[in-house]
Amino acid sequence: MREVLDPWPFVIAAYALGIGATLVLVAWSWWAMRAAERRREEARKR
Amino acid sequence: MHAFANPARFLRIARPLTPVLLLSGLAIAAAALAYGLFWAPAERLQGQTVRILFIHVPTAWLGMAGWTAIAVASLVELVWRHPLAALAARGSALPGAVFCALCLATGSLWGRPAWGTYWVWDGRLTSMLVLLFLYFGYIALAGAVQREGGSSRIPAIFGLVGAINIPIIHYSVIWWNSLHQPPSLGWGTSHMAAPFLWGLLASTLGFTLIFAGVVLARMRALLADIQAEARLRRKALES
Repeated sequence: MREVLDPWPFVIAAYALGIGATLVLVAWSWWAMRAAERRREEARKR
Repeated sequence: MHAFANPARFLRIARPLTPVLLLSGLAIAAAALAYGLFWAPAERLQGQTVRILFIHVPTAWLGMAGWTAIAVASLVELVWRHPLAALAARGSALPGAVFCALCLATGSLWGRPAWGTYWVWDGRLTSMLVLLFLYFGYIALAGAVQREGGSSRIPAIFGLVGAINIPIIHYSVIWWNSLHQPPSLGWGTSHMAAPFLWGLLASTLGFTLIFAGVVLARMRALLADIQAEARLRRKALES
């Protein structure tokens, strides 16, 4: 007999994982870019 | 192509383009995912689990597109010695790996209610897992080359050789018996109903814009690090 599962916990988990990981990726990439460009400006000023 | 090889020219284009790509991508993806979660109808056979596809399909496409970008940039670097090509390849690796991992995770979450299992060792799933390991290998290799000062041609060759896995992933559902369904979308053909097709295309567009924005941000960070290091080295030599 086929097991019938409530699909909603799986749907919510997939969306939470996808949205969370994408936001972390965007925020981390943006922060790393700004930090690297700040380091370059500081090296120019020295 | 060499017109874009100038870092100053690249930065003139990338600076305004990075936030535009990221913000428009986030807005489009948010709208498409809201549609997929709240308004898309349940599918006749898959029921509510079809909503996972609005996030699974774009991440699968970007997992493969990321390595395709690495391979194309590696080829450009090896053949034309384009100075920004290595940065483009390295910039594509992390977002490609993240989307590849998301594809595997969301696919497993779809598989449990739909197939009754989180994982099967079939052609599509296994070749996608191999792609994730290739990403890990590429990131480690490119990082080691940068730290130790080796030739950037080594990760470029790895990126080019690893591209053999992309057609294997694509054709795995045709070549071998698989639980995974064959492609629902082709060039000019679709086996999907309109409410799913347009939502899926919008979600794919949104995530692709985010991917492009992240690649540009990563390239700018790598370029800034190289320029800062070169400047500090020059100053140290002068003094």
